[in-house]
Amino acid sequence: MSSAWDVTVSVRPPRAVFVNFPLNHETGKADDPVLQRRILLDAFRAFETLWAPGQVLTLPYVWDAKDRSWEDTDFGPGFEPYGVGTPMQAGFGERALKRADSTGASS
Amino acid sequence: MPIPYIQRTRERYAAYPAYRWVVNTEAPWTPLAKPIAATRLALLSSGGFYLPDQPPFTDGDVSYRRIPTSTRLADLRIYHHGYRDDDPDRDPNCIFPLDRLRELAAAGVIGALVDPAFSFVMTYAAQRDINERGPQLAAALRELGADAALLVPV
Repeated sequence: MSSAWDVTVSVRPPRAVFVNFPLNHETGKADDPVLQRRILLDAFRAFETLWAPGQVLTLPYVWDAKDRSWEDTDFGPGFEPYGVGTPMQAGFGERALKRADSTGASS
Repeated sequence: MPIPYIQRTRERYAAYPAYRWVVNTEAPWTPLAKPIAATRLALLSSGGFYLPDQPPFTDGDVSYRRIPTSTRLADLRIYHHGYRDDDPDRDPNCIFPLDRLRELAAAGVIGALVDPAFSFVMTYAAQRDINERGPQLAAALRELGADAALLVPV
């Protein structure tokens, strides 16, 4: 699975499935099991449609049809890769799941 | 349109020595010799998931954790840096679709979900990734009889 087309094409795995979502949603949006299932079913199609090494299957899903501004900002200047809520420690940090709820963060 | 992550990363870390992105001109290839409905599929995610009774990851870590496929996702913990994890925190299926794959296995869409799933964290130690963790994971998957693997990088 990939949401970084340029990185994936450079690495060139045998098969790849591209979803143009912000990083860390390669198998779907949070709390959207219908979309998550759909993406996996489509990803399985890669085994049937990709027939030579290095090919990429691009899925048609759109993160937000009304607002594509995330494409201009994701990982750009000012982007905070460590999420919102309690900041991580320098370098690695540990987080229990459900942290986002407890800090009032939202997607 | 795809996001120019390599370019944005270069700009973001312009003050540091340039990261040398791998450029592979060829890819290995193994045909899947059976239909997906008969395929034993493994799940691997670099999302840094581990269980409370497992050691957390550390900096430069090339180890991996075995996550039993019966695990409740709410019991998982994340130990990672460098990715925006508020959504995976709320619903790990974003990058570790264990719930969905369990359902698809139960529905017969895939032959089986290989137990356990695997998780690890990114490392800048690319050579150790290639020479240590990669072969270890491949051997583990062979031992588990996996036919194919779904890799979810973050």
